[in-house]
Amino acid sequence: MDLSYSPEEQSFRDEVRAFLAEKLPREMSDVIRAGGELGKARQEEWHAILNEKGWLAPNWPRKFGGAEWNAVQRHIFEEEAAAAHAPRIVPFGLSMLAPVLQKFGSQAQCDYYLPRILNGEHWWCQGYSEPGAGSDLASLKTRAVREGDHYVVNGQKTWTTLGQHANWIFCLVRTDTEVKQQEGISFLLIDMDTPGVEVRPIILLDGTHEVNEVWFTDVKVPVENLVGEENKGWTYAKYLLTHERTNIAGVGFSQAGLSAVKRAARAENHNGKPLMQNPHFAARVAQVEIDLMAMSTTNLRIVSAAAAGAAPGVESSMLKVKGTIIRQEINDLARRAAGPYAMPFASEGIEGDNDPVGPDYAAATAPQYFNNRKLSIFGGSNEIQRGIISKVMMGGGR
Amino acid sequence: MNFNLTEERQMLQDTLRRYLRDKYDTKTRNAIIDSDTGMSAEIWAELAELGVIGALFTEEQGGFGGAGFDIAVVFEELGRAGVVEPFLDTAVLGGGLLAEAGDAAQRALVDDVIAGGLHLALAHGEPSSRYDLTRVATTAVESGGEVVLNGRKAVVVNAENADHVIVTARESGALDEAAGISAFLVPAGTRGMTLRGYANLAGGRAAEVALDNVALPVSARIGAAGAAFGVLSDRIAAANVALSAEALGAMETATRLTRDYLGTRKQFGRPIGTFQALQHRMADLLIELEQARSAVINAAGHLHADAPLRDRHIAGTRNLIGRVGRLVAEESIQLHGGIAMTQEYELAHIAKRIVMTDHRFGDTDWHLERFIDLSAA
Ligand SMILES: Cc1cc2nc3c(=O)[nH]c(=O)nc-3n(C[C@H](O)[C@H](O)[C@H](O)COP(=O)(O)OP(=O)(O)OC[C@H]3O[C@@H](n4cnc5c(N)ncnc54)[C@H](O)[C@@H]3O)c2cc1C
Repeated sequence: MDLSYSPEEQSFRDEVRAFLAEKLPREMSDVIRAGGELGKARQEEWHAILNEKGWLAPNWPRKFGGAEWNAVQRHIFEEEAAAAHAPRIVPFGLSMLAPVLQKFGSQAQCDYYLPRILNGEHWWCQGYSEPGAGSDLASLKTRAVREGDHYVVNGQKTWTTLGQHANWIFCLVRTDTEVKQQEGISFLLIDMDTPGVEVRPIILLDGTHEVNEVWFTDVKVPVENLVGEENKGWTYAKYLLTHERTNIAGVGFSQAGLSAVKRAARAENHNGKPLMQNPHFAARVAQVEIDLMAMSTTNLRIVSAAAAGAAPGVESSMLKVKGTIIRQEINDLARRAAGPYAMPFASEGIEGDNDPVGPDYAAATAPQYFNNRKLSIFGGSNEIQRGIISKVMMGGGR
Repeated sequence: MNFNLTEERQMLQDTLRRYLRDKYDTKTRNAIIDSDTGMSAEIWAELAELGVIGALFTEEQGGFGGAGFDIAVVFEELGRAGVVEPFLDTAVLGGGLLAEAGDAAQRALVDDVIAGGLHLALAHGEPSSRYDLTRVATTAVESGGEVVLNGRKAVVVNAENADHVIVTARESGALDEAAGISAFLVPAGTRGMTLRGYANLAGGRAAEVALDNVALPVSARIGAAGAAFGVLSDRIAAANVALSAEALGAMETATRLTRDYLGTRKQFGRPIGTFQALQHRMADLLIELEQARSAVINAAGHLHADAPLRDRHIAGTRNLIGRVGRLVAEESIQLHGGIAMTQEYELAHIAKRIVMTDHRFGDTDWHLERFIDLSAA
C-alpha cells in the first residue's frame, strides 16, 4: 500500500495543469464554472484543442490515436480538468462507441470511423432506450429488416442525449423476433442525414433541450454499417455499458462541485456570519467531503484493478450508486447555499449574455439540482445497479 | 379533539379542488408559466369569485375565514394543482399586512384584494439578508412631511404585477435589530423605484427592486414608525403555514402520480409496482406524507397561539416539510424514471414547487436552528 503519487505521476499532473492553464479558453471555463453547458461549436472547439495535444481519447490504444493512459493518469486528468472548470468530453463516440468498434468492429469500420470521431467530423449519439424499453432494454422494438445490401429500419428511440447536435447514431435494433429477446438484437450505425430519420426535442424539467426522440421511418442502412455479427448486438451493448460506467463515479465533478459549495457558503451571510461557519451547514459539507474522500479511493482501487486486467463487474455498479448519491447531495448543498437567490430562473443568464440575478454562484444551482436527478436514472438506474449487486453478492455468481 | 374540517371549509375544499381539476391542467399551467406576466388574470378572477381570497381574511377584515385552518385548506388545494398565481404575496402577506396594521385608507384596499382587483407584493428580503428577517439595510428618512427610501430588495415575488409594493425599511436601530423597521405602501411606478423582473424556476415571477430616493408622503407608512416587525412576523408565520400546506398538497399529487405510474408502467413484462424494492420505497413516502399532514395541522392549529409557542410549531413544521418534501420530490422522480424529468409531465412542475418552497422564509436548516433556539427559551 502506498497512497503517494510517484514522481512520474506528479510530473504528469504538472503537465496537465500547465496544459489547462495555457489552452483552456477562459470563456469556456467561465461558462462551466457558472454551471452552464457549452453550445455545439464551443464543445467541438474544446475537443479540437484536446485532440491537437493527443489527449482527446485517453482510454484508446495508441495505435488508434489514443493516449492510452493508465488508471491513475486518467484519474489525475479528471481531477485537474474538473478543478480548472474544463468542459466534459462528450462521451458517445469517444468512450462508448469507439471501444466497441476497436473490439468488435471490422478493420474498415475502425479505419473509417475512429479518425472521424477524433477530428469531430462525426458527432455520435446513443440510440438504446425506447419509450417501452428503459430498464428492460432487451425488450426494444425498433426493427431492422434485411433487404439485399441494406437494412430497412422502423421505430423510435428516446432520451437521445444531444441528438440535436449529432450526425450519427449507434442503435440497438431488433433483427430477429423469433428468438429470445437478447438474441435478436443487432448493433447498427446510422447516418442521421439518411431520409426517414427525424429528431424531435424533449425539454427537461430545468428548461434545457438536452435529450430527443429519434424516429425512423423506412430508413435504409447499408449492411456494412452492422457492427460485428447480426443478432450479437446485446453482447456488444453490455461491453459498452461497462465502459459507460468506468467514469461513472464522477469524482472530479464532485470535487469541483464541493469547492463551489464552499466558495458560495463563504460568501453567503447567515445571521451576520458566513454560512460556512454555521455548524449545521458546515456539518453537511464535511459529511459529504468525508464520503467523497473514501469514494475517491474506492474509485482508484477499482479502476487500477480493472487496468490490471480484472473486468469491472459489480464494483462499477457500486461506484455508480455511491458516486451519484454524492453528486446529488452536493447539488442539494449548492441549492441550499444559494438561499433565496436559488429561485430566479436564469435560463438566458447562463451563456453570459445576461447578468445573473444575485451572486454568480447562485443562478445555476437549482436547475442543476433538478437536472442531475438524471444521474441516478440513466446508465442503468440505481435500482438496477442494486439489483445487480445483490444478485452477484448474494446469488453467489458473477 | 376533532380532526374533521368544518362544513364551510369542506365545501371550500371541494369547490376549489373541482375547479382546479377542471381548469388548471398541466398544459394550461405550463402556458401560464411561459407567459409574460407569469400568471392568468382570468383564473385569478375566477378563484377570487369562488372565495379563495376571502377565505384568507377574517370577517372584520371583510373576508370569511383567516384562521390557520382556512389558510391550510386553501393552500393545500393550490399546492395539489401546482398553482403559480401569487395568492401568498397578494393576499396572505400584502393584504394581511394592510388588514392588520393599515389605517382606514390602507385597509380599504383589502376589499379590492378580496374582490380580485388588486395585486400586492412584499419587498422585505435584501441581497445579503438571506433568511434573516431582522436584517434590513434599506433606510427610510423622514423630513418635512416626507419619507425617503433608499436600498435594494431581493427576489420580490409578484413585484411586477403589484399595484402597490409594500417595502420594509429601517428608520432606527442597528442593522439586525427588530425595532426600527417600518413598512411603506409604495404605488407601482413611483419615481425612484425600479424593478428588474424575471421568471422563477418553479413558476411565477419576481424582481430585484431598487429604491433610489423614493419620496413618499408620511401617510404611506403602515402602522407606527419603527414598529412593523411584530405584524410582519405575524404575517410571515401565516405565510409559513401557507407554504407548508402548499407543499403538502403538492406532495399528495406527487405520491398519487407515482402510485398510479407504478401500477401502469411495465418493464420486464410486469408493472414496476410489483417489484418489492419499489413497493417499500413507495410505502415510506406514504408514511412520510402522513407525517407532513400532521405537521401542517400542528402549525395551522397554533397560528393564533402566543408567538413563542406558535413560532416553535411553525419552525418544526417547516423543518419537517423541508425534509419530507425533498424526499417525496426526489423519490417520486426516481421511481418514475426518465419520464418525470420532462417539462411536459405534471410531476416535473410539482417536484419543483415542493423543493423551491425551501427557499422562502427560511430553509430546512434555518427552521431547525430556530426550533432549537425557541426550545431552549
Ligand atoms: C437525461 C437523460 C438522458 C438520457 N440519455 C440517453 C441516451 O443518450 N441514450 C439512451 O439510449 N438512453 C438515454 N437515457 C435513458 C435512460 O437510460 C433510461 O431513462 C433508463 O434506462 C431508465 O429507463 P426508464 O426511464 O424507461 O425508466 P423505467 O425503466 O421505466 O424505470 C422506472 C423505475 O422503475 C425502476 N425499475 C425498473 N425495473 C426495475 C427492477 N427490475 N427492479 C427494481 N426497480 C426497477 C427504475 O429504477 C425506476 O426507478 C437518458 C435518460 C435521461 C433521463
